[in-house]
Amino acid sequence: MSYKIVVENCTACGACEFECPNSAISMKGDEFIINADKCTECEGQFDSPQCADVCPMPDTCIPA
Amino acid sequence: MSQLINIQPLEPERGNIRASSPEQPSCASSACGKASAPESLDPDVWEKVKNHPCYSEDAHQYFARMHVAVAPACNIQCHYCNRKYDCANESRPGVVSERMTPEQAVRKVVTVANEVSQLSVLGIAGPGDACYDWAKTKETFEQVAKVIPDIKFCLSTNGLALADCIDDITRMNIDHVTLTINMVDPEVGAKIYPWIFFNNKRWTGIEASQILHERQMLGLEMLKKRGILAKVNSVMIPGVNDEHLLEVNRVVKEKGAFLHNVMPLISDPAHGTHFGLTGQRGPTNQELMNLQNRLSDGTKLMRHCRQCRADAIGLLGEDRGQEFTMDKIPEEVAYNPANRDSYRDIVAQERGEHLEQKQSADKKLAVLEEKPTILVAVASKQGGRINQHFGHAQEFQIYEASPDGVKLIGHRKIPPYCTGGNGEDEVLDRIISALDGVQAVLCARIGDCPREKLEKAGIKVSDAYAHDWIESGISAWYSACFSEEKRQIA
Repeated sequence: MSYKIVVENCTACGACEFECPNSAISMKGDEFIINADKCTECEGQFDSPQCADVCPMPDTCIPA
Repeated sequence: MSQLINIQPLEPERGNIRASSPEQPSCASSACGKASAPESLDPDVWEKVKNHPCYSEDAHQYFARMHVAVAPACNIQCHYCNRKYDCANESRPGVVSERMTPEQAVRKVVTVANEVSQLSVLGIAGPGDACYDWAKTKETFEQVAKVIPDIKFCLSTNGLALADCIDDITRMNIDHVTLTINMVDPEVGAKIYPWIFFNNKRWTGIEASQILHERQMLGLEMLKKRGILAKVNSVMIPGVNDEHLLEVNRVVKEKGAFLHNVMPLISDPAHGTHFGLTGQRGPTNQELMNLQNRLSDGTKLMRHCRQCRADAIGLLGEDRGQEFTMDKIPEEVAYNPANRDSYRDIVAQERGEHLEQKQSADKKLAVLEEKPTILVAVASKQGGRINQHFGHAQEFQIYEASPDGVKLIGHRKIPPYCTGGNGEDEVLDRIISALDGVQAVLCARIGDCPREKLEKAGIKVSDAYAHDWIESGISAWYSACFSEEKRQIA
């Protein structure tokens, strides 16, 4: 159970990185990636995944 | 030195208007006692704005700003913004060619400070939101302050997260905060903001704009309470908020905003913004000017904004950002204050002379009888003088001249007429259409061909006031022009 980032759409703004309650998102090279082991899809933490809620690009933070 | 200012605070209690001072000769003109008089600014406020090109129209003739794009993350979506877009040729807010870390930003600021002696302000205007991406904004300001203690900091924000960092802003002596406020009615807001992210949740529709509005008002009140100058930027979107901006103007003045800056929507399908793709147009020069004129007293508005990029560098009329891209910034830098210090001495002298000239220019016009109010376009490389060749100008500063005096009311961007020594007819047509409503052009020099064509289009042209102060040149031209008319009638 994890989200992933669609790299082609990502603007690398980094909003998801500091909204993620699990520190699952980090920069690798020039790209942001989600660590599937840490991602909880925010279940039990928030109503919806924070990365998808804050992301300025549609369909960019999506279920893996 | 409060009399140097030529913009004016929005709130009277800060204005500290003195009816007349002993040093000031009494004058019979109707301009006397007007809120826009130079002496109307509190000395403390003048001290804060005198070197800030965006807060003082006077300062924008002399001082440069630079933006560093350290804050890419944003907490709202606006219909006029597309975060993916990136183009070096495009000048508009939010657009940026490269992002940087706070450490890179410090190196860049020091490099620019060593080379651009006019630099007085470091601003963070995104490309996201400076307050939402606060950790990076704060780190950048703190590091720069250690190296260049006399640089002014300012930031620009949508206001949603402003209350969260207001204590830091106060502590760090950030004197200038720009808030973008496009509405005070959530129904209008819903047409501009598809969503916001607040308290760990994405909000949409009217609810989103309601929250944004409340946070913006809270932010504005907090700034006022702490004595931080707030400039409000509003994007004029025809058919969406153009009429509504009258109400926005009223509300932000009441809440203590220092300046209100109404900017035209920049919209093009190629930008990939929602407004661009759905055919929402921006206002014409004339529509923008009409609205600005209707917003109570025109002098309370900022008229010299150039809507610069989030990585712009230089005087407001120019952008030297491409000279200072990260690949041109050395790994090791050391700040040398010599250039900036000596430039400040020169400006202090120039300003004294400029102020005297301005006052005598206004007096010259005040004695004229019933004369028309006209618009004059000036080609200037800044410094407050008519000092640019017509063919080199990429913008005209637009001044209003009347017996009440000479005042800046805006600028118009144009394509430069000279390309490789030759002018082009097609370009001249575009320049003439950009000069809609303008009766005269004053420049340092102009060729015969463009002169004839402008005159044929009903625009008077003169290079007789080359290198004069702008206000003196305009008033001399205006007086000469209308006394000549009188002679001809007689």
